[in-house]
Amino acid sequence: MMRILPPLLLTLLLLAVWEVACRALHVPPYFLPQPSAVAAALVDRAPLLAASAAATFWMALQALVVAALLGGGLALAVSLSRPAEQAVRPLAVALQVTPVVAIAPLVMIWAGLDNADRAVVALAAAVAFFPLFSGVLTGLKSADPDLERLFDLYGASPVQRLARLRLPSALPFVLEGLRVAAGLAVIGAVVAEFVSGSGATQGLAWRLLEAGNRLRTADMLAALACLMFMGLLLNAAVSVLDRAVRRRLS
Amino acid sequence: MAGADAAASLDGVLVRYPGRAPLGPVDLTIAPGEIVAVVGASGAGKSTLLRLLAGLEPPSEGTVQRADGRTGFVFQSATLMPWADALANVALPLELTGMVRTEARTRAAEALTAVGLGDRLGARPRQLSGGMAMRVALARALVTEPDVLLLDEPFAALDSVTRRRLIEDLHRLWSARTPRPAIVFVTHDVEEAVYLAGRAVVLDGATGRVAATLDSPGALPRPDGWRSAAEYRSAVEALARALAAAMPGAELPA
Repeated sequence: MMRILPPLLLTLLLLAVWEVACRALHVPPYFLPQPSAVAAALVDRAPLLAASAAATFWMALQALVVAALLGGGLALAVSLSRPAEQAVRPLAVALQVTPVVAIAPLVMIWAGLDNADRAVVALAAAVAFFPLFSGVLTGLKSADPDLERLFDLYGASPVQRLARLRLPSALPFVLEGLRVAAGLAVIGAVVAEFVSGSGATQGLAWRLLEAGNRLRTADMLAALACLMFMGLLLNAAVSVLDRAVRRRLS
Repeated sequence: MAGADAAASLDGVLVRYPGRAPLGPVDLTIAPGEIVAVVGASGAGKSTLLRLLAGLEPPSEGTVQRADGRTGFVFQSATLMPWADALANVALPLELTGMVRTEARTRAAEALTAVGLGDRLGARPRQLSGGMAMRVALARALVTEPDVLLLDEPFAALDSVTRRRLIEDLHRLWSARTPRPAIVFVTHDVEEAVYLAGRAVVLDGATGRVAATLDSPGALPRPDGWRSAAEYRSAVEALARALAAAMPGAELPA
């Protein structure tokens, strides 16, 4: 409780300053609405925002699962052979450094304009791929070298080594990758939806675009608040998982 | 050449490293059941010698001979799996070699009891003191009933009381087994070397060759109060001088 209190107080203080400043300076609501107006918009449009948030969350989650399967699987396969790792790593880095906005139009074409949600999932997965791939690969190689020698000494098979040494050693790194990937998946989903920008997907990004086009600034901020809240929630969920696993592991 | 009855031997073994002088050639024969201490400056190749004997590293030249049998290894730190309890850590070597789980766990419990940890089977490594963790590592090395036990400065990080107690335990565990396992013990502590081993091998700090071999007086395990005996003190002094002579640039005052 004591850890939530200070940030909560600060947030309330900032909102109060914002509210008072808007009223005192007569800021036009299309430029910067008061927090109370944003809150009203949140309540007003709650059903629509909730549905959109669910859509964005669902797409991000699908992307995360796809990225975890592909990234984790590839890392696992590549960890068994050094040449394979050397071959794959630069390509993975290339994927990481390419801005998702830049490849979005291409993916839109490939997925077909009727399947905009698939394109969004694919793009979000592409963004979330690298931290998972990198986390699993780094983790699998992080085992204590003396423990590796012990497994050599007793003639462990590759499967035994993986199951009893490398996977348990990798878990903390995997979770760290998951934490980063979860945040990136949401960002990727939003960016991809922006680029598709046609209302073919009904996520929070579309709510933002739509409200922006109509200059309904309070609605925009309400959608933004939803996004922020979703990100925080996701982060907290991964943290809980992280702590639970760490407690089991050490 | 090494006799066929040796527990392990190195014949003209040379190890080359990129960018530095090679270590060796080393000739060393370990008889069954004997305790040998290996001392030398850091960089003399003490740990490499153990890895060669364990077959964890191939020599660049020469031959490493091992009698058929199992090897136990204890590293500088306890090197336990932090996610597994003491019992699972000790059962690991047996399970890796294909023993059924229940049988392996039973033997692991016996090995832990033998090192005085029969009441800590379910403890995680972080719940154990440094000395206890090292006992678990010792139990893990002994659980396969090895013919050769290799120890790489295992007690270096422990306080002197715990250390002496572990040395006594090691002697006790060693003499309780028939046949006794051969032990090769790397240390940089000359007193530990004289007390623990029947023979101390000094490696040259520059070349990694065997510079001197000194037999320790007296019988193993040591009788009570042997550390005050004159034969112990003079053997420590002799080994200290041999070690200093094998270290480039270090000389003891007369």
